[in-house]
Amino acid sequence: MALVDRSEAWREELRASMKNKERTNIERVHMNELDATIRSRNSEEVNLGLTVEQALLEAKRCLDCANPTCMNGCPVSINIPKFVKNIERGEFLEAAKTLKETSALPAVCGRVCPQELQCESQCIHIKMGKPAVAIGYLERFAADFERESGQISVPEIPHKNGIKVAAVGSGPAGLAFAGDMAQRGYDVTVFEALHQIGGVLKYGIPEFRLPNKIVDVEIECLRQMGVKFLTNCIVGKTITFDELSEEGFKGMFVGSGAGLPNFMNIKGENLIGVMSANEYLTRVNLMDAANPESDTPVYKGKSVAIIGGGNTAMDAVRTARRLGADRAMIVYRRSEEEMPARIEEIKHAKEEGIEFLTLHNPIEYHGNERGRVTHMLLQKMQLGEPDASGRRSPIAIEGATELIEVDMVIVSVGVSPNPLVPQSIQGLEVSRKGTVIVNENSMQTNIPAIFAGGDIVRGGATVILAMGDGRKAAAAMDEYLKESEN
Amino acid sequence: MNKIISKEHFSANVVKLEVEAPMIAKSRRAGHFVLVKVGEKGERIPLTITSSDLEKGTITLVIQKMGVSSTKICNLNEGDYITDLVGPLGKATHIEKFGTVVCAGGGVGLAPLLPIVEALKKAGNRVITVLAARTKDLIILEDQLRKHSDEIVIMTDDGSYGNKGLVTNGVENIINREKVDLCVTIGPAVMMKFVSLLTKKYEVPTLCSLNTIMVDGTGMCGACRVTVGGKTKFVCVDGPEFDAHQVDFDEMLMRLNAYKDEETESMTNLKK
Ligand SMILES: Cc1cc2nc3c(=O)[nH]c(=O)nc-3n(C[C@H](O)[C@H](O)[C@H](O)COP(=O)(O)OP(=O)(O)OC[C@H]3O[C@@H](n4cnc5c(N)ncnc54)[C@H](O)[C@@H]3O)c2cc1C
Ligand SMILES: Cc1cc2nc3c(=O)[nH]c(=O)nc-3n(C[C@H](O)[C@H](O)[C@H](O)COP(=O)(O)OP(=O)(O)OC[C@H]3O[C@@H](n4cnc5c(N)ncnc54)[C@H](O)[C@@H]3O)c2cc1C
Ligand code: FES
Repeated sequence: MALVDRSEAWREELRASMKNKERTNIERVHMNELDATIRSRNSEEVNLGLTVEQALLEAKRCLDCANPTCMNGCPVSINIPKFVKNIERGEFLEAAKTLKETSALPAVCGRVCPQELQCESQCIHIKMGKPAVAIGYLERFAADFERESGQISVPEIPHKNGIKVAAVGSGPAGLAFAGDMAQRGYDVTVFEALHQIGGVLKYGIPEFRLPNKIVDVEIECLRQMGVKFLTNCIVGKTITFDELSEEGFKGMFVGSGAGLPNFMNIKGENLIGVMSANEYLTRVNLMDAANPESDTPVYKGKSVAIIGGGNTAMDAVRTARRLGADRAMIVYRRSEEEMPARIEEIKHAKEEGIEFLTLHNPIEYHGNERGRVTHMLLQKMQLGEPDASGRRSPIAIEGATELIEVDMVIVSVGVSPNPLVPQSIQGLEVSRKGTVIVNENSMQTNIPAIFAGGDIVRGGATVILAMGDGRKAAAAMDEYLKESEN
Repeated sequence: MNKIISKEHFSANVVKLEVEAPMIAKSRRAGHFVLVKVGEKGERIPLTITSSDLEKGTITLVIQKMGVSSTKICNLNEGDYITDLVGPLGKATHIEKFGTVVCAGGGVGLAPLLPIVEALKKAGNRVITVLAARTKDLIILEDQLRKHSDEIVIMTDDGSYGNKGLVTNGVENIINREKVDLCVTIGPAVMMKFVSLLTKKYEVPTLCSLNTIMVDGTGMCGACRVTVGGKTKFVCVDGPEFDAHQVDFDEMLMRLNAYKDEETESMTNLKK
């Protein structure tokens, strides 16, 4: 990769101001958190963020490397040393601006990115056997500082070209696409099937991890840039792609997510009290069902099992705990090492008293005469040879089963792409798994005016990747539309 | 926000609303439904689109008061707004010329039946509609259904109108009388279960439209799942219509009661 420019005078001065040895000797900051016993009974955000002092000190740990490998770990190549060094010199707004050059949603990514697998895994400190610079915490710090300062920079829009483009879906992919196209002067409309904007950021990830108000600020910023939002509108149903073309939309970006929950098709899975994590989280997050004012009901199980080991499973189990579960369990067929969830979520879950039944797999559910689930039968597992995913595959230990009492089971074993959009566009190329096929560099589908990105292309990924796709698609669509003008 | 253009009472507990929704009016077909939410903290509930008016850009909903959410919608008046309304959802009914079709509807199932009866008739079928309710006052949409049917049979449990008896008695009489090529049944799950058992006996292909609990209506949550032919299906995207002979009605009936306690509690609160 190209070396980043770090030649500005202030940066040279900063580098000279402290020896690398001194920098590496500073201990990694600890995130301030709400007390686990208190937080496991409310929905307040668990991570409280860093104080100014903590951020200033943590930023000093960064060596401002000539070859910042951390940037290789970032799916959208944020200029990490530049933003961190801006924090070190106290220019927090400048740091936020640097983030926004490449990331549409830094306050969100600072909270939900799996940094330990991305930027932080490539940090020079790791190579020296020390914990990485807390890049994620610093990202969140800069973005929060900007928001709380009330001085959010709404990017200036040079000139409006009046060309209409559409984003289908308002998750991170759609929002990032919309922001970039608005900045390029396009007339952008975001169509959203649900009654709220934000996709998984709203209906999936809970308040205690990503407060809605943070997402809303980003959306408001897009509004000020002239982006229009149309909720309760399902493209392909309420309005077809052909109709959008007829209405003058010259380009469309499909960011419709991977909405379909998978089930395991085992006995008893349709009993009352067994549901998908999507249903559970949608009830609680989108419909606010735990609030007595809300008309939407939700179970408040006392003994709750969540099947799966991803971020969704962690969110569901911690939600169940907050809604009063005495016993909240993660049931995962592999060992903790293979769990796909962010390390921080696993740590937080444990602190909140979540039980981890790893190397266990449900094989059937039992119910009572009213059809309500009462027990789950678990098969004990052991790890065998690595499978296609490189993880050691779980094998059943014959005869070793366990029956556990439960009054609620939440199935979180992955999602499949939402077939609604692919089905409604004639001729759109789709993979066997149902994901939309695109050119990886341009995110363009086989239909030139239609681009796609996020989970509908990747089949379940991360916020940052979805956002990166949206930005890539915006750049490529801009090119495409300019070319087709000429 | 969708404005209510007109409101009519079909009975004490059944209301017809004409609602502004120009895009939906244009794209809907028989068998489609919408999800409706009233108020910021409202619940999303599914309602069939009974008819639409392209010129006015409106759709018509017929709603029966069941619990909190349906009552809130029924309590809205002309000029009020529905907070959120999305659709059209589900697969449209497969309409073709089958021959003689018996359409058996009960209770509020008559509302979703209307557009299907209309479309079947238009496609050249001989349509016999069996309309059933507990008592005379609960028979709705009789005139509209009559208009699109070749024959109409009315059944009431108490004999206060039409013939005394259950919907199944009405359907059985017709099957014994003439060759029936298809039966369509929409109503309470128990009713559909028994119609389905009957037509299975006579080997008459039967379609039912399932009214499960839903949340998003776009295939995202699985709250609406049912077992059809031994496989799990999502009513909102795979349905709402299915081959009735393949549907596990007992499981569906059980699942409809999933939130019974919570619903009873919130209804008590609403009445207070
Ligand atoms: C509970 C949970 C926790 C997660 N935690 C993390 C995490 O900690 N870190 C991380 O990086 N990732 C996490 N993820 C994954 C991440 O959220 C997704 O990868 C990301 O949101 C994908 O973005 P997207 O824009 O592609 O789709 P989505 O966020 O799914 O948004 C798609 C939107 O499109 C709408 N839509 C669908 N079809 C239509 C249509 N036809 N017309 C109009 N609108 C339509 C949908 O209603 C939805 O709002 C989590 C996911 C879940 C479910
Ligand atoms: C595809 C589809 C189309 C529908 N079309 C219409 C329509 O056109 N008009 C109409 O009035 N209703 C229709 N329904 C049913 C309607 O959605 C429910 O009556 C409504 O959701 C009940 O909500 P509630 O809060 O008022 O009652 P709740 O408080 O949820 O329930 C009150 C009582 O009704 C029972 N109940 C709940 N849901 C149903 C149901 N789906 N069917 C039967 N009993 C139920 C419960 O067991 C409970 O005892 C349709 C349902 C589906 C799935
Ligand atoms: S209502 Fe959620 S999947 Fe059908």
